[in-house]
Amino acid sequence: MIPLKWGKRRETYLTEREQWLKELMDSGQTWQGRRKFLQMAALAAGAAAVKEFVPHSFQLVEVVQAAEPAAAAERPFTFAYISDSHLYEKTLNERFVRQLIRAVNDINALDPQPDFVLYGGDLAQLGQPGELNLGAEILKEIKAPVKMMVGEHDWFLDMGDLWKAKFGPPYYSFDHKGIHFVTLMSVNEKDFWTSKGLTPMQRMQIVSGLDDGRQSAFEVGEEEREWLARDLAKVPKTTPLVVFSHSPLYKLYRNWNFWTDDAEEIQALLRPFKTVTVIHGHTHQVLTNRIGNIHFHGMLSTAWPWPYAPQGLPKLTVQMNRPDPFNQTEGMGDGTITVNPSGHVDKEYLMWNRNPLKVSEKYLDSNGNLDRPAKTTLPGY
Amino acid sequence: MNHRTKRKIGVCAILLAGAFVLLQTVRAQQQPQAPVVAAPTAKVQLPTHPPAPGDGKSLVVQLCDGETSLTVAGMKPGDRLSPAQAQQVSDELMAQWLAKTDPETAAAWVREEKTARKAAAAPQKPAAAKAGATQTEQPNDFSDRDFSTWKREVEREVTYGNQIFHDDKLLGSTNGVSCAMCHPNAANTHPETYPKFQIQLRRVALLRDMINWCIENPSRGKKLDADDPKMRALEAYIMAQRKGVAMEYGKH
Repeated sequence: MIPLKWGKRRETYLTEREQWLKELMDSGQTWQGRRKFLQMAALAAGAAAVKEFVPHSFQLVEVVQAAEPAAAAERPFTFAYISDSHLYEKTLNERFVRQLIRAVNDINALDPQPDFVLYGGDLAQLGQPGELNLGAEILKEIKAPVKMMVGEHDWFLDMGDLWKAKFGPPYYSFDHKGIHFVTLMSVNEKDFWTSKGLTPMQRMQIVSGLDDGRQSAFEVGEEEREWLARDLAKVPKTTPLVVFSHSPLYKLYRNWNFWTDDAEEIQALLRPFKTVTVIHGHTHQVLTNRIGNIHFHGMLSTAWPWPYAPQGLPKLTVQMNRPDPFNQTEGMGDGTITVNPSGHVDKEYLMWNRNPLKVSEKYLDSNGNLDRPAKTTLPGY
Repeated sequence: MNHRTKRKIGVCAILLAGAFVLLQTVRAQQQPQAPVVAAPTAKVQLPTHPPAPGDGKSLVVQLCDGETSLTVAGMKPGDRLSPAQAQQVSDELMAQWLAKTDPETAAAWVREEKTARKAAAAPQKPAAAKAGATQTEQPNDFSDRDFSTWKREVEREVTYGNQIFHDDKLLGSTNGVSCAMCHPNAANTHPETYPKFQIQLRRVALLRDMINWCIENPSRGKKLDADDPKMRALEAYIMAQRKGVAMEYGKH
């Protein structure tokens, strides 16, 4: 793995802030006039705009399991992720585009390269062809193989037609170095639109509002659960599983769909396996949970961080510090996942403008007693 | 028609000095549910109806239905009616209206009007002191109407703020970024922590300063005046989400 370093932007940010504080002290007053500030802000913005993207580290996950000695010998290995880019077309919002490119550059700069890259869903903001096509173009630049997962923002304009045409089936499984990987489509919703006579765009906009209570709860759904049961029936119970889902496969906070309605049924299918890890998107934050043998990790977004839910936060979650709104890409990023010999993973959050934060297998295995991530100093309100 | 609108009709029948009474029909004011609530402080274009015909020499008073009118004997346009005269004119106009309205509607109107007047007149917490009894509550001058008005108007402001908060276009964002995209249910807006010093703004920031910062930066819009109806509504919505949370000014 490349050495993890803080971004150059953070340096710029800190230098500027230091300079302003110094000026304030030197002047002996608390108000120096708006004009001067604006000039400085404009300079700073200009400087930031022309700055090259600094490749960063991203999160790698390693999975290893001793059940199959031959395969286990190939572990640890690492894969990376990028998630929740929420692209608008470039003419409307260039910032989100730049941020996805930044993540792609991060991943491409990893040395050694990850075995593959998971894209965690919500590539588009409103499921528009212009958004999905733009996202596909940018993701093509990733050097490692890419595994795609769908999010609700990609889906609810045309119910996944374009996404499936571009990226293939929304749920599938594959095996890699002794691990059985499953990608789920976990953001199905019960029909709330037909009875209201909503247009596809109205439906999309409702689903795109995190706190929009007019939508239904996320669910994997019966058909896909049956597929999952059949798929897992072929896999020995000692084979480690790593499951990708856009929404967390547990119930955290219904109002924001930090939630999967049939989570218990999915967990029941995963429980017979000795070692299970779920990697999910949607929550845009450092999020950690363990239910029995199942370890859960959230992914960062490249577009914006979400606040922590006002209730339901798992005890094992060490919150990431509250992002500073003046530090524009703080709380966002990408990451790597290292799959250990056991088959469980170490999750590394590569947060832009901050030190990386690692949530290890050891931490979860010890129920939070060992290897605890650094404590938050700025919790959410 | 509810009590309130009927009462308005009654009130508007009372009088206006002049050749005619120009009154809006309250019913016409009620707009169909529009996707966007009008800013509470925005001006509303009130409907009008043509004046009742007169000879130009006598005072004509018109009822707010736009049809019923009355010529007041011995008074010229511009003359002012005394309160007693005005009440008499009003009563006569209403009598005319009731006489030509179908009995069921008329009876319902009278019934509701009575209830409404009673409710409006009754204080919220009447002393109800019986002779010799100890008063347990102090009386006040506020009626149910006051309380319901306060609630309705605040809700209207908060609802408008909610819409702006969730709608990038209404906010004036030029890049599709709305407030709720980072702050679902206004989470992490912590209005209770203002005022606080913010070095980037080089002064003590109020909630509105941070709202404007977000409008100008993440949302790439034009900042709002402190007294802009949208700013007021946004503040109302954000504050409403933190009801009951302890104030902690200066906290970062």
